[in-house]
Amino acid sequence: MKFLRVKNITMQFGGLLAVDNLSFHVDKGEIVSLIGPNGAGKTTVFNVLTGVYKVTAGSMEFKGEKLEGKTPQEIVALGISRTFQNPRLFPKMRVIENVLIGTHIRTKYNFFDGLLRTKRFQYEEAEKTVRAIKILESIGLYEYMNSYAGSLPYGAQRKLEIARAMATDAELLLLDEPAAGMNPTETEELLRFIRELRDRGFTILLIEHDMKVVMNISDRIYVLDHGKLIAHGTPNEIVNNQRVIEAYLGGERKHAKN
Amino acid sequence: MNKTNIGKNSLLYNLEHFFDRYKVIFAVVFGIAAFSVPFLGLSRVTLRLLTMISLYTMLGMGLNVLIGYTGQVSLGHAGFYAIGAYVCALLQVDAGWSFWPALLAGGIFSAFVGFLLGLPSMRLSGTYLSIVTLGFGEVVLMILKQWESVTYGNYGIRNIPKPKLFGFTFDLQNGGFYIIILVLTILTGIFCTLIRNSKTGRAFLAIKEDEFAAIMMGINTSKYKILAFVISAFITGIAGGFYSVINNGYIEPTNFTFNISVLMLSVVIVGGLGTIRGMVCGAALLILFPEVFRFLQQWRFVIYGVLLVLMMQFRPQGILGWQSTLPYRLTKQTRKELEKLNLLPDEVKTPKAQGRGEYEIFKG
Repeated sequence: MKFLRVKNITMQFGGLLAVDNLSFHVDKGEIVSLIGPNGAGKTTVFNVLTGVYKVTAGSMEFKGEKLEGKTPQEIVALGISRTFQNPRLFPKMRVIENVLIGTHIRTKYNFFDGLLRTKRFQYEEAEKTVRAIKILESIGLYEYMNSYAGSLPYGAQRKLEIARAMATDAELLLLDEPAAGMNPTETEELLRFIRELRDRGFTILLIEHDMKVVMNISDRIYVLDHGKLIAHGTPNEIVNNQRVIEAYLGGERKHAKN
Repeated sequence: MNKTNIGKNSLLYNLEHFFDRYKVIFAVVFGIAAFSVPFLGLSRVTLRLLTMISLYTMLGMGLNVLIGYTGQVSLGHAGFYAIGAYVCALLQVDAGWSFWPALLAGGIFSAFVGFLLGLPSMRLSGTYLSIVTLGFGEVVLMILKQWESVTYGNYGIRNIPKPKLFGFTFDLQNGGFYIIILVLTILTGIFCTLIRNSKTGRAFLAIKEDEFAAIMMGINTSKYKILAFVISAFITGIAGGFYSVINNGYIEPTNFTFNISVLMLSVVIVGGLGTIRGMVCGAALLILFPEVFRFLQQWRFVIYGVLLVLMMQFRPQGILGWQSTLPYRLTKQTRKELEKLNLLPDEVKTPKAQGRGEYEIFKG
């Protein structure tokens, strides 16, 4: 049984084939990257995995559980959580509250427990808040705890998104271009952080544009172009793959020849 | 450290921390002042004004759960107000119920209707949802006017008895109305604060901030959007039931027109979206304004309109709508656990306000 197995998925929007018969898998404890030029369908894959879109055809399995047909809530509950290409925090909520939103799905007390401040509320609220603060501390956002998320510097916002995803008790983190808009120092730090996440037991599926990031960090890479898988393998195999070079650079060479 | 200390020397920071430090004293002083009002020998007009301010504070809080927390704008809350009032009044006049159970029944029935009106919120949002609520308010009004066999139509319900408790009759003159609504408003305030500081409140706010992100974090947004409708309708319905007995024992459909919905909305927006303190401020301003400027006669409504426009221009977050500079409130048990782990944040650490202009009201 694979940790995450995606088999022959196709996602069609009207006449547009965003993902075309794509298969891949992720093993537990791996860092796997999805790369490809703009519009290759990478984010669509994330949206299919997290239940935003209903897949047109194909099957997806996570820890032996089918993903297709499940709602986003059910998928988060199974242990898959994501970040977004552009940070989508709750800007007017505090940093700590943003992380607590992540724990929402694991918080079992109901509306009336909250209203009557029952023992169950007290216990769970303390447990989750401590957990949220521990997560913030572990990724270096502890001192921002009381700040409003929208006021954080960009790099910290990206980290906070990851913290929020971690708080859902996810085992598989889907990171959508985490290094986008970061300067080289921040990127360097992010790389270290993502490796740390893996060492802490998270499995990571990554979308990334920055080739340096991808080559540095990935155990395996899948390359998409126009929704189709054109190559996969270790970073070394990918850099030397003719089709990948064509997809990334080859177009230009063709134009030059014409 | 300096990352978190911005705004530390601002007036807002100092005021907020000052009030927070002595909050028990302020609460006691306010409580004594508020509850001694009936014994001050105030005129009927003043008592009526104070009662209306408190009533609109409660209405503001009810609507705030919907608009301020989940970001769903309702333009038809007079509908819930009317339902609460009519159910409460009819149960007393036609079924012989006493006031208290009738009041609760009005709130519960209103909450049920709120549930039904909340159902479209699963598919609609923003302007479209507002139009649905606008229609709802008008439909309720039409039903009240047309369904004469039950609602007495345009004639209205007459002879609604005054509330009694242990032989004591509440009326305007003895300050009884004022005391009832004061207690209801305080309870509502506590109710809203408890909701806000729990997982339910956080889910509400997350929906307002970014609904898609909230869904992706595993929040069942449909459920929470409907729940907000139910809570909001319940509070508004209770307020309506109270209104039915203070209006000289008489209500009619024209007490619940679109204007009332707009007034509630104005309370929320003028005071400060999403805050409790703002509701008190908004209600006080909007109820007192027409009285204070009575000498201007018809012109006061022009000025009223101009003031609203100016406020939207220069202080869109509402008069008291600032972001708190106080640290996040941890529950007692959380503090204990954090202390054990040596993770308890020191009180000095203050949040940074999000963007400038948060302190505008205190500048010059």
